[in-house]
Amino acid sequence: MILEGKAWIFGDDIDTDAIIPARYLNTHDPEELARHCMEDADPEFASKVSRGDFIVAGKNFGCGSSREHAPISIKAAGVGGIIAVSFARIFFRNAMNIGLPIWECPEAVQAIQKGDSIKVDVEKGAIELPQKGYTFQATPLPEFIQQLIVNGGLVNYVRLKLGKEAL
Amino acid sequence: MGQTMVQKILARGAGKKSVEPGEIVNTKIDLCLGNDITAPVAISEFNRMGAETVFNTSRVALVPDHFTPNKDINTAKQVQIMREFAEKHRIKYYYEIGKMGVEHALLPEEGLALPGEIIIGADSHTCTYGALGAFATGVGSTDLAAAMALGEAWFKVPPAIKFEYNGKLPQWVGGKDLILYTIGEIGVDGALYRAMEFSGPAMEEMSLEGRLSMSNMAIEAGAKCGYMEPDGKVLEYAASRAAREYEPVYGDRDAEYENTFRFEVSNLEPQVAFPHKPSNVKPVSKAQEVHIHQSVIGSCTNGRIEDLRQAAGVLRGNKVPPSLRLIVIPATQEVYSQALKEGLLEIFMEAGAAVSTPTCGPCLGGHMGILAPGEKAVATTNRNFVGRMGDPQSEVYLSSPAVAAASAVAGYIIHPGEVAK
Repeated sequence: MILEGKAWIFGDDIDTDAIIPARYLNTHDPEELARHCMEDADPEFASKVSRGDFIVAGKNFGCGSSREHAPISIKAAGVGGIIAVSFARIFFRNAMNIGLPIWECPEAVQAIQKGDSIKVDVEKGAIELPQKGYTFQATPLPEFIQQLIVNGGLVNYVRLKLGKEAL
Repeated sequence: MGQTMVQKILARGAGKKSVEPGEIVNTKIDLCLGNDITAPVAISEFNRMGAETVFNTSRVALVPDHFTPNKDINTAKQVQIMREFAEKHRIKYYYEIGKMGVEHALLPEEGLALPGEIIIGADSHTCTYGALGAFATGVGSTDLAAAMALGEAWFKVPPAIKFEYNGKLPQWVGGKDLILYTIGEIGVDGALYRAMEFSGPAMEEMSLEGRLSMSNMAIEAGAKCGYMEPDGKVLEYAASRAAREYEPVYGDRDAEYENTFRFEVSNLEPQVAFPHKPSNVKPVSKAQEVHIHQSVIGSCTNGRIEDLRQAAGVLRGNKVPPSLRLIVIPATQEVYSQALKEGLLEIFMEAGAAVSTPTCGPCLGGHMGILAPGEKAVATTNRNFVGRMGDPQSEVYLSSPAVAAASAVAGYIIHPGEVAK
């Protein structure tokens, strides 16, 4: 699968309160959460992001709380994936579990500027900047996690273990 | 090569002799928990998984503590989902308000977090139970759903970093100050994906409450867990409260650590984390002239009885200025009741504080003390991110209960020794 979109740039240590503030956690409706996505980091993001765009961030993206509402709001806002120097561990797990593609690739983060076109080969983890002529290789995911993704995330993993058909 | 306590707990849970850092293991879990923000999402995922029953009705804890007593109709609906799920699946450990406490203060009291156990919670501060010698870590809602269905979870075995605290802690300096100091030294991703092991003479001297505050904030350094090997204090506490059988685990003498930090703490001052990162830490003497509008004493980090005693010790005979709000939130009913018996609540009220029923409330900007634009609060909570306690233009300064109490009296951030009578 190939994803294509434009880059939105964020800094280091973007926390889950910046991604989706607790004042909006009185619901878990994805569309409602999407309306406030990244609000305290960039109040214009949710209204201006286009379907398929990428978030490009520094180190420790998604630090702070375990709220799955954070990756849910990003996915529901239409973001195609996140490229960061590194991810906080609970955010990493949550993104994998709900099927939001994310990649660790410090070299790509360094090269990408606001509004750049990005093309990602999801299976290979290859991040291409067509206008600049660069291609970067993201850190490969552990085998177990690749299998989780291939099998459709944690919900299907559990369904299969319980002897049910995948969704 | 020997193994750390965490490696040995995970190996036992996975039915293996040993595990290596980086290895992915599937283990049984001893307890999983969720709250009123995370459990409703987990319940809908649990249903999507096609699960008909929870794996064990006494190994799931559901604690509606964040927006409770419910602040509005939407949050009441979230708790309604939890309550109905708990009834339908006969969840033994569901806590309605009146019995409820802030989850990470409540579960140790209830004997539900025990040495040697594997505990996951859909709340990042689940790492608190590391102070009791458990492997405990925060996960998301889908992970909680899977755990409720299967009674197991996958983990990447974390490498460990050892923190050794030497010397003797001065008066007014405790666990909160030590963990803030540590995060200040290593940064908010200083222990990313790692296990933090706390050790040394100052840790051995420290009360359980102080240790729980330290493990609680391991996540603020990015850690997977923060723990101490169980000693006599832990074993005595666990034995007096345990709700089930457990078996402590200890690391090997030749366990491997990725790194070791040694800190001399005998001259440490109380610490304050400035906005907007828990790592933006300064000694209290460098924090003067920060005038505050509100002081919050409570949360899963510092709402235990020792925390309230410390605050009362500073507030006794003092008054909070007319324009300043002091909010004290005992973390559990047991703490609340004990504070009442000891006369602490009276000291708070005479000082001019609002005393609340247990709730996470203002810590995450939920309710019970939200900040307006431009306002500053000192708080014994765990995060000072932009907008954490209210408006994105407000500021939160993290400290110990003693500093928060003293600052409430002075009107600006100050060393408790300058205020206590």
